[in-house]
Amino acid sequence: MKPKLLSGNEAIARGALDAGAALATGYPGTPSTEILEALVREPGIRTFWSPNEKIAVELASGVSCAGFRVLATMKHVGVNVAADPIFTLAYTGVGGGLVIVTADDPELHSSQNEQDNRRYASFARIPMLEPSDSQEALDFTREAFLLSESFDIPVFLRTTTRISHGKSAVEQRSAAEPPKERSPIKKGLIRNPAKYVMVPANARARHPDLEDRISRLAAYAEDCPFNRAELRGGDLGIITSGISYNYVREAAPEASVLKLGLVFPMPSVLIRDFASRFDRILVVEELEPYIEEWVRLLGIRCEGKSLIPRFGETGTQTVRHAVSLSSPSPDPARDAGPEEERGLEGRIPVRPPVMCVGCPHRGIFHLLNRKKFFVAGDIGCYTLAVAPPLSAIHTTLCMGAGINQAAGIEAVLPEEHGKVVAVIGDSTFLHSGMGGVLNMAFNSIPATVIILDNFTTAMTGRQNHPGSGFDASGNRTRQIQWEALLKGLGIENVRIVDAYDIGRLRDALEEETRRDAPSVIVVRGACMLLKNHAVKRNPPLRIDPEACTDCGVCLSLGCPAIARKGGSAGEKPCIDQDQCTGCDLCGQLCSFGAIGREQ
Amino acid sequence: MISPGERTINILMAGVGGQGTILAGELLSHVLLEDGFDVKKSDVHGMAQRGGRVVSHVRFGRKVHSPLIAPGEADILVGFEMAETLRSLDWLVPGGRVISENRAILPYTCQVGEASYPFQALDTIAQSGFDLTVVEGEKLAREAGSVKAANIVLMGALARFLPVAPEVWQETIRRNMSGKLVEVNLKAFALGWGKVQS
Repeated sequence: MKPKLLSGNEAIARGALDAGAALATGYPGTPSTEILEALVREPGIRTFWSPNEKIAVELASGVSCAGFRVLATMKHVGVNVAADPIFTLAYTGVGGGLVIVTADDPELHSSQNEQDNRRYASFARIPMLEPSDSQEALDFTREAFLLSESFDIPVFLRTTTRISHGKSAVEQRSAAEPPKERSPIKKGLIRNPAKYVMVPANARARHPDLEDRISRLAAYAEDCPFNRAELRGGDLGIITSGISYNYVREAAPEASVLKLGLVFPMPSVLIRDFASRFDRILVVEELEPYIEEWVRLLGIRCEGKSLIPRFGETGTQTVRHAVSLSSPSPDPARDAGPEEERGLEGRIPVRPPVMCVGCPHRGIFHLLNRKKFFVAGDIGCYTLAVAPPLSAIHTTLCMGAGINQAAGIEAVLPEEHGKVVAVIGDSTFLHSGMGGVLNMAFNSIPATVIILDNFTTAMTGRQNHPGSGFDASGNRTRQIQWEALLKGLGIENVRIVDAYDIGRLRDALEEETRRDAPSVIVVRGACMLLKNHAVKRNPPLRIDPEACTDCGVCLSLGCPAIARKGGSAGEKPCIDQDQCTGCDLCGQLCSFGAIGREQ
Repeated sequence: MISPGERTINILMAGVGGQGTILAGELLSHVLLEDGFDVKKSDVHGMAQRGGRVVSHVRFGRKVHSPLIAPGEADILVGFEMAETLRSLDWLVPGGRVISENRAILPYTCQVGEASYPFQALDTIAQSGFDLTVVEGEKLAREAGSVKAANIVLMGALARFLPVAPEVWQETIRRNMSGKLVEVNLKAFALGWGKVQS
């Protein structure tokens, strides 16, 4: 069979299918999202978007307990959310193979931090595989299920953005058969409290058992086919894993390499043996000195973070530098791209991402800006409102944090009441916002929360959630009722407002923020990119140059369809007829009646 | 024509979210794999999709290791928008080849007149010692039947400089697209191909 071009994420999906996984679940998050998207149309596997990563891992543990293979996917910070079940799952172990994908994001292409989740493997005592390309992503995923079953333990598969999103050739087995269980897994209801009920007495016994399983895995690591020494002579030995292996091969094709595919537990004998052959040992890894610390623990002298930065992505140039100069790279950011060099950036205006034309988030952020609110923000497309001209986000920490930050501020700054709001998307609210609203009601904190309800998880490419009315496969399902949900959480003051009605938005904002009680405003408007909802799309608007006074209010919306002609400061604004969706936000804001449709 | 031999050839594509930059890179990668090369492609999803800058790295040869082009080592730069072409210039080897659309998409600061757009971008590039081919992708795409096929017009122009027969492109377009899109994109490819003298 001819090789196929697959992304790492598509290859992981393929690997889970090949392994006969019965179910896959996760919460969307860049760069992990496409794994489940590749599985939703596959027969023979059930695919669920879970409301959050903790739910995904707990659901997966149930599937595994029932004796079936299961995949849980998330981005690196999603593992923080799921950490609670993960740490104890290491104790209980599994029934059917349980594989957790953590897709890390060095360089923060689309994340709030760049934590290195290899630390989770050693912290939680869970084995971790790290592929270097799409072929390995497929092979390692398949094998991860077997490892999980053989050693009675969940297994992490760690990717980074370049592995998940990068595409490379994959040899596909024709009609792959699921790998056989090494010892048969019982399917059905397993009543085994000593293994699955983690009361102290049982957990106390499971902890040494976990250490025993890890010892056996460490022995396996010495012979694991995914750890390999590539000996090419010379006096330089490089130890590496994951994406960095590719940069090493590119930068130093003649160097000997110890490539680690299983990064927890580490193969101590293999490392010692490899290191003993060379005068100089260099560890090449992105982010944390994870391998380097292991190598040093073994008493081996090596270089690593003294030459390769602890932040950002690495790349061929950084590795070349580390190999040749034995001194820190003078400009560690070089591999990220040269455009900031040579003063080019000054000549070419920056092009940050913006909200789409007709986006339902634009109106409310315009008002928040104009009324000078302090906005505790959250994570989603609307975080883009941090940039000018909307400039109306003042905190973004993690999923669900904004509500609690606003509540904290209200609790200690009562004099600022009426000037503070929390803003959160519908998917993010259902992920981890409900507890915050419950807390506001419970502790009588008179904060105002604005939920931006666009019926989808927009930022990651429009995945359905419990407020969408559709499941992962696009089938109709129960849609949560916001009023009932919020009332149930203890919020008396709930208003649902059309995202495109500036007057009503202004009133709601004024009244609810002034109120001396917790309140929620649901700003409703479907994402412009949604296909299964009736998206508001009207004939385009025009600006009458006679009536226009060039006050600039329409430009302050930051709509990509409104521009001064030719970008020239002297020209009046006009509307691009091809792009305009006729949302009429600009029309409502124009005090001079200059914006309208042709009669 | 650029032929890899033992070397890995680097093609950088730069554009604005929504222009089909990533899709074009996808087609190119399929074509190269079909022709027997090892191929790696890397681009960034997520934030870049919202009208931001989009860059796609395509590398091919006998055996490709890194999925990323090292700065200053791109053999060919395909720019889908003038300012983005200019911005990406330093990725190229000195005297490298540039194929660029002559279209301007104004970023916000230019739309409101706060920053000035580099309308002279293509002249700057031509004067900097690069081998520049300008393609009116959008105009030709409209001729082909859809403005959206501008990315494929540029692929047609790029194809002139690659060691792959046009038939492989045509086949790959047929295999990866469906319905009316096939005809539109075949035509767009041919118009781009015809734009460059062999």
